[in-house]
Amino acid sequence: MELFELAFMRRALLAAVLVGIAAPSIGVFLVQRRLALLGDGIGHVAFMGVAAGLFLGTSPVVTGIVAASLAGAVLEMLREKGRLAGDVALALIFYGGIAGGALLTFLSDNPNMVLGYLFGSVLTVTGQELWILAAAGSVVLLSVTVLRKELFAACYDEEVARACGLPVRKLNFFMALAAAVTVGVTMRVVGVLLVSAMLVLPVAIVQQLAGSFRATVRGSLVLGGMLSVGGLVTAFYLDTSPGATIVLLAITVFALAALAARQRSSAIS
Amino acid sequence: MSAHPAGELEGVTVHLGKFEVLPSVSVAFRRGEFVALLGPNGSGKSTLIRSLLGVIPVSAGRVRLFGAALQQFRQWGKIGYVPQRFGAVSGVPATVEEVVLSGRIALAKRLRSYTEPDRRAAAQALEELDLSELADRRVSHLSGGQQQRVLIARALVNEPDLLLLDEPLSNLDVEHQQDFAKTLQRLRESGSTVILVAHALGAVEKLVDRAVVLEQGRIVHDGPPSTEHQDDHAHHVPLQEPVGGTGADQHRIH
Repeated sequence: MELFELAFMRRALLAAVLVGIAAPSIGVFLVQRRLALLGDGIGHVAFMGVAAGLFLGTSPVVTGIVAASLAGAVLEMLREKGRLAGDVALALIFYGGIAGGALLTFLSDNPNMVLGYLFGSVLTVTGQELWILAAAGSVVLLSVTVLRKELFAACYDEEVARACGLPVRKLNFFMALAAAVTVGVTMRVVGVLLVSAMLVLPVAIVQQLAGSFRATVRGSLVLGGMLSVGGLVTAFYLDTSPGATIVLLAITVFALAALAARQRSSAIS
Repeated sequence: MSAHPAGELEGVTVHLGKFEVLPSVSVAFRRGEFVALLGPNGSGKSTLIRSLLGVIPVSAGRVRLFGAALQQFRQWGKIGYVPQRFGAVSGVPATVEEVVLSGRIALAKRLRSYTEPDRRAAAQALEELDLSELADRRVSHLSGGQQQRVLIARALVNEPDLLLLDEPLSNLDVEHQQDFAKTLQRLRESGSTVILVAHALGAVEKLVDRAVVLEQGRIVHDGPPSTEHQDDHAHHVPLQEPVGGTGADQHRIH
């Protein structure tokens, strides 16, 4: 296979599979809490972090993760106060992030670089970035796995979780931060604008066919990894944009899964 | 054994936004007592038990569980709570067993998977609520009454010493109401304290030792139960949750 002979392609495949698995591991809890678009909110601010990195000449991945984490914490604070649904504060964060990012981008020496973060450019992932991705992705995956039953209880029924003595507030902040770190690394692969797709779509696909939470978690991690690699390989041979190809592939699979679920439910009734 | 009440509110005031829902309420629920919390919609019944559990913050007063201040209380496995819900469905599929098992979180070791005793406790709670056959089904595929039983099973999974139930009967059919009354009777005989929020007591009426009636956040009756505090309409049609304003005229206190 020629694509394994190319060093940049090997790095890209590794990055894609890492992100593909890590993103739905936290995404499943966002979907459970009906916060599927939280990743987008974080992504807008992460974009400003990336632009700041380019402007300052430091690693945009690192500044992106830092900005995303700040955004995650602020958004969680707003959510706690019940102000996340259609609130002006949220709009300010979204547009402030994009506007700030655009401003810094055009002040930097190489404004074209930012395109890679808007739409992703997994083929240009450097060895050093791969290490950052691997470290951040593993931390998210590991901590979410270790905390799985606590997170399930807190997401399924926040009120009862409190009455069970769970530190719900801390768990919510943990989830916001884990989502933020995931957004930061996912951005490198599919871009800011598609980041939520990686968190949410594998879960949305699997939950149509899965019968349990456990199966949804396992299925979406496997599928997330497969979609990333499948999309990347497809993009390589068709010479298309990897990020867009991964997401369009996921949407195609979503449509097929919806059809299958429909067939199955009509077969039962 | 100490004689601390199972739950205790002392001068507890609760605000929701700027609205004062509970104005300095004091009440103690003694061990082994079966208390019905009655009153019209919006009278503060749910707020009272939610403040007792620390689910919502109190703006003044003291809350104690089993003699310990709420902030110091750690024995959450002693508590079972059935919140008022229209259903048990969440964004991601979950089986009946997964939901009931999640009630074990209060006792389970942190950061580990659920153990065999946890699973046995869940199986027992499922059995008790006549849900064993539905254990592997998705909660979202169940009827309203079945979902209500799932939430009750989750609260019973730790064999709680203090069980708080917020309108648990509204979705249950007559047969399961009677089964549920038997379950509550068993808990009562084993010494558990039960606090039940209800419009109509129906099948559990004979179990009630004490009725606390709230009106606009104030306790207007505290003593032996009498039918006049119950919602007359719902009493005759126990399958239906009365919609909207249950007029205060039905709850006039003598």
